[in-house]
Amino acid sequence: MDDHWLTRASTIKGLWIAFVILLTATVLADFVVQHHPYFGMDGTFGFAAWFGFVSCVVLVAIAKALGAFLKRPDTYYDS
Amino acid sequence: MTASLVMWPAAVMIIGGLLLPLLRERLRQFALLLVPLLTLFLVWQVPDGPVLEARFLGFTLALVKGDALSRLFATVFAIMAFAGALFALNQNRVVELAAAFCYAGSAIGVTFAGDLVTVFIFWEMMAIASTLVVWSTGASARGPGLRYAAIHILGGVLLMAGIIGEIATVGSVGLGKLTLDSVPRWLMLIGFLINAGAPPLSAWLPDAYPESSWSGMVVLSAFTTKTAVYVLLRTFPGTELLIYVGLFMVFYGIIYAILENDMRRILAYSIVNQVGFMVTGIGIGTEMALNGAAAHAFAHIIYKALLLMSAGSVLYMTGKRKCTDLGGLFRTMPVTAVCGIVGALAISSFPMTSGFVTKSMISEAAGMQHLSVVWYLLAAASAGVFLHAGIKFPWFVFFQKDSGLRPPDPPWNMQAAMVLFAALCILIGIWPEPLYALLPYPVDYVPYTAGHVVFYLQLLLFSGLAFFLMLGWLKRTLTITLDVDWFYRRLGPAIARRLDRTADAAWARLKNAVDLGTRSVSSVIYSHHGPGGAFARTWSTSAMAFWTTVMLAAYLILSYL
Repeated sequence: MDDHWLTRASTIKGLWIAFVILLTATVLADFVVQHHPYFGMDGTFGFAAWFGFVSCVVLVAIAKALGAFLKRPDTYYDS
Repeated sequence: MTASLVMWPAAVMIIGGLLLPLLRERLRQFALLLVPLLTLFLVWQVPDGPVLEARFLGFTLALVKGDALSRLFATVFAIMAFAGALFALNQNRVVELAAAFCYAGSAIGVTFAGDLVTVFIFWEMMAIASTLVVWSTGASARGPGLRYAAIHILGGVLLMAGIIGEIATVGSVGLGKLTLDSVPRWLMLIGFLINAGAPPLSAWLPDAYPESSWSGMVVLSAFTTKTAVYVLLRTFPGTELLIYVGLFMVFYGIIYAILENDMRRILAYSIVNQVGFMVTGIGIGTEMALNGAAAHAFAHIIYKALLLMSAGSVLYMTGKRKCTDLGGLFRTMPVTAVCGIVGALAISSFPMTSGFVTKSMISEAAGMQHLSVVWYLLAAASAGVFLHAGIKFPWFVFFQKDSGLRPPDPPWNMQAAMVLFAALCILIGIWPEPLYALLPYPVDYVPYTAGHVVFYLQLLLFSGLAFFLMLGWLKRTLTITLDVDWFYRRLGPAIARRLDRTADAAWARLKNAVDLGTRSVSSVIYSHHGPGGAFARTWSTSAMAFWTTVMLAAYLILSYL
């Protein structure tokens, strides 16, 4: 049933390659694009790239830690 | 246009809503589309300044008072009512449709209210109408709807107390900029913030909204929180506290959405997140920040409704809401998937979408005010939005695994509503000038500089990379995450049950003691006065004569002493 072209391993591999090329291109664009930093660090090479990545990792880590205390089965309030 | 020719847009919408149940199906569908368009037309006929006034308790109420900010919010509310009605054409619960129109009309009423009393009246009408929208879903929504109503009644009571205090101390009902320097003003601020979904009571939103119907949540997402944003823009711009409240909402929304499994609760948390951006902008309070907050509210209503239409279509066609049950729907629901992705890109403020041209104004304002911590947190939050809503929602619903579900796209009207809003998201994104022209202050901001575009592309695409690298950690489980509502859904009832048991036991003991007491009293009386008791016996004549003699003798002796 699951034979859609988007789900084929070769397509997914192709998408990953395209994605990595895109990621590299946006970082390399920092060589040619003029940034107007407000504070200093925000204008450094590839700032938004690593900042976005690290922010997400930190947010997911906080969520996981919080989830360890606050997660309950979704039938929790039914009883 | 003279004042006498201005019709009250809110009244038209509300009366239209109240008439809906009386109409036959064909006529009702016609009215559903016509009334919001008529309202939109009337919104644009309202000139600047007060145009409709009334006397109430010695005060002059400005029932309709126009300016740029009023028209901006009323416009998007009317557009929202139209698209919501188009999406809900095949909704057969007429109560929900009527309530939704009264709800939208009341929201428009707030935006044109020129004084605090009129704001309050429409504020409460919104609370009632929106509760009816939740309740019209059926038995499953009774509890959530009741909790929703309770929180909004609490907010309304605080707001009313604040307004009465303001009238008592200042003597005016005027709606204008306030400084946070008295108890009544604090009460008003708290009342407004409760509706905005601010901490600590934000749980009402993800608790109640996802329990409404597939069409109900689309309209619910638009009005309550955004009228709160509108009123905050009017009353408390530049109040520093709002920066911190807003930032808390931003991160609360992201973190809870990351942990959530129900697709519509993910989107509910992201409403809190997005309103957080607006509240932060209001707290910054410069013209650029206020423009950004107002513009973001406009854009947000459209892309959030679009996301909820996409989720609503999935719910309508499959009856399922949990990410764990969904996946792989892109095969047979291409229109729903594409529109959902457009909404997801817009909420993430991807370049060429509406979110990019509005949200970046708030960040820019923070940067220009040299609020470095605020700016860095907003940038981190922008990355987090792409993570929790931008990719998470479409990924888990339309891609992920193959759930085996093969539902087709929903009926034409639902698709039309989605395509309309998807087009608006992109149109505003590539041509923001018409929206900028509607903003309360002149706009001196160019969203599309190479620096901006590259910055956001890096930020968002690397968030995407983080999402796919951490997929294992983000795997959905059949869980919910406890929130402040735990206090009134679990702790409160538990304390009440405990008190109930303690009181029951105490009552039983008291009753026992009283029982025992009365029984012993009655048995004493019985033993003395009963058939065999000393006082009830029949005595012999000789004994009577003897005791009478004793008594008389005692009397004689006593009288001589």
